[in-house]
Amino acid sequence: MSTVFEYAPAPESRAIVDIKPSYGLFIDGEFVDGTGKAFKTVNPATEEVLAEVAEASDADVDAAVKAARRAYTRVWSRMSGSERAKYLYRIARIIQERGRELAVLESIDNGKPIKESRDVDIPVVAAHFFYYAGWADKLKYSGYGETPLGVAGQVIPWNFPLLMLAWKIAPALACGNTVVLKPAETTPLTALLFAEICQQADLPPGVVNIVTGAGDTGRAIVSHPDVDKVAFTGSTDVGKAIARAVAGSNKKVTLELGGKAANIVFDDAPLDQAVEGIVNGIFFNQGHVCCAGSRLLVQESVADEVMERLKRRMATLRVGDPLDKNTDVGAINSAEQLAKIRELSDIGEAEGAERWSAPCELPSNGYWFAPTVFTGVSQAHRIAREEIFGPVLSVLTFRTPSEAVEKANNTPFGLSAGVWTDKGSRILSMANRLRAGVVWANTFNKFDPTSPFGGYKESGYGREGGRHGLEAYLKGEDS
Amino acid sequence: MSRIDVRKTYKLYIGGQFPRSESGRSYVVNDAKGRLLANAAQASRKDARDAVVAARAAFGGWSGKTAYNRAQVVYRIAEVLEGRREQFEAELRAAEGISTAKARTYVDAAIDRLVWYAGWADKITQVVGNANPVAGPYFNLSTPEPSGVIAVVAPRGALLGLVSVVAPLIITGNTVVVIASEDNPLTAITLGEVMATSDLPGGVVNVLTGSQAEIAPWLASHMDVNGIDLTGVEDVALATELEAAGADNLKRVRRPAPDTDWLAEPGLDRMTRFLETKTVWHPIGV
Repeated sequence: MSTVFEYAPAPESRAIVDIKPSYGLFIDGEFVDGTGKAFKTVNPATEEVLAEVAEASDADVDAAVKAARRAYTRVWSRMSGSERAKYLYRIARIIQERGRELAVLESIDNGKPIKESRDVDIPVVAAHFFYYAGWADKLKYSGYGETPLGVAGQVIPWNFPLLMLAWKIAPALACGNTVVLKPAETTPLTALLFAEICQQADLPPGVVNIVTGAGDTGRAIVSHPDVDKVAFTGSTDVGKAIARAVAGSNKKVTLELGGKAANIVFDDAPLDQAVEGIVNGIFFNQGHVCCAGSRLLVQESVADEVMERLKRRMATLRVGDPLDKNTDVGAINSAEQLAKIRELSDIGEAEGAERWSAPCELPSNGYWFAPTVFTGVSQAHRIAREEIFGPVLSVLTFRTPSEAVEKANNTPFGLSAGVWTDKGSRILSMANRLRAGVVWANTFNKFDPTSPFGGYKESGYGREGGRHGLEAYLKGEDS
Repeated sequence: MSRIDVRKTYKLYIGGQFPRSESGRSYVVNDAKGRLLANAAQASRKDARDAVVAARAAFGGWSGKTAYNRAQVVYRIAEVLEGRREQFEAELRAAEGISTAKARTYVDAAIDRLVWYAGWADKITQVVGNANPVAGPYFNLSTPEPSGVIAVVAPRGALLGLVSVVAPLIITGNTVVVIASEDNPLTAITLGEVMATSDLPGGVVNVLTGSQAEIAPWLASHMDVNGIDLTGVEDVALATELEAAGADNLKRVRRPAPDTDWLAEPGLDRMTRFLETKTVWHPIGV
């Protein structure tokens, strides 16, 4: 294996963030004490307790929904689109101004590398608000009408805490809805800082309400009778429970759920670029990505060469302190998630796949998992079927394009897929035949506010981003 | 001496064929005045599952045809229906007890609706698709694709209601298993004869007759059905049960539409509800 470069530590200062010992709920423009218990959020890289956060009770959720309803009827739905737009532009600007603070806080609470939160998450968050701000006074051109739905209940995951908040709140507000949003219980801090940004922007009280908590709080939001719209990003199991819970109601629902994406490498692909794409596809954000390229389908004739290059590249990944600017792979978000990754990886070995992990030293405290690849994986193996949501890649081989399509589509999921080949007509043919909402050809894991994102089949329904993302928050012209 | 009529046996329409129900069951269908019209096949769970298999088998070929070709086929259904309009008017008069003028209105509207949807095949992509100007050197295009196999509970309105729910699904490339109106199922089977002679590949539309409450739950919980259109479900509790069952594999759901005016021009929603958006990225470089 290649020599590992020696790097001096290059930590980003955490002096820029001010984490309070405890946080309340953000309801009707104010931080209030919840009526429920409190829970702790920890830094997954050190297991240090960062803060105590209120767990919103049913009564708290009800108060938040009432505040959102009041703000909707009295203020937000009556305001002209151009005025709503200006609030969203303000928020986008404040996010840019406080970008470094948000990035550091995100990395501390989530465990993701600072270079990712600084260069990907936070800039895309600002871009998202900027993009949807511009739609607020142009909805009549959207194709979905310009009538908002009312109060949106939104529940988001821990893998991209602030980015998922932006995907939910920006289009909702642009369309004239008000929101009650629950961040994930392991990553509430940037959402609470966002609440402060709403105050700085003088956003009218009740337009955005942030209620922290776990599953029970989420259920209270989703099943609240005065919520008109439910938007959820998270696991497929919870997504199905939500779909059952809203059956027979008038609630509009969008679900962005799990995935088991195939990343398909043909023998004529530019292999160095493909290897970078494979690494980015599965090790970006510790593999905590619903659209991660977790199944590598490599053409048999180049499988050995690709594996050799991939392992060489994986050995150079720097795993460790999320705040170090040289870190490529940060901490696993929680002990629970780490246990799940370990369990599925052990099952992979037990079922007969061959395991290889990058030789890297892992810190003694915190939650860590070395970048890992399994070869000799068959389609029946659980590591080829189930979402691991960690830095674990399963490798399968194929001979013909049709076999690649068949294997790629042989999953209940359908969120994303990747194709690597130099042949243009093959790219377009593969893109047509892959049953997935996003197809990255000769690239992977690219996101943009203008680009719709969402899945086929059990990866959920509805799109976020782009003009399509407005549909989830408008009544529609003919429905 | 007057001639004795040769009556028609109404069977199911599955995979381009007209089988009897595997259960061997039938049920009595009366006209508006309560006189026997015919015995219709009473489809079973097994028939429903066979229909899903046929629809799945047809999906790849049908969705893979060019939009122009799908338009030609659906337009052809309209042509053949026009040629048999008197038969349909007579069936509607008998089944629904409506006037000659009203029957003609419904047949006219059904034919016109097929023509309207036929024209959408190669336009819907342009209306609901997008080129997306991402902030980077990437080609990025979003296009609609059919969701897959869609189960439909057809509304009352033996011809126009049925055409209005089926045409928007097949024109975009979905394949369909439709439960015909329980009280007026015969016209649906006659429409099957029209589809079978209109170059529509077998399995693209499959028609079941029988008990909605018996068959629909099997389709709602079927793991190889991608969406369910509950338009014709009038029992609110059943609709809720079907929607909840559909959550097992996250079916796309269209909730019941009790007050639809089938004579009014439809919007895009019956097409777009069962479309997926696929977004393709590619780097731009030399």
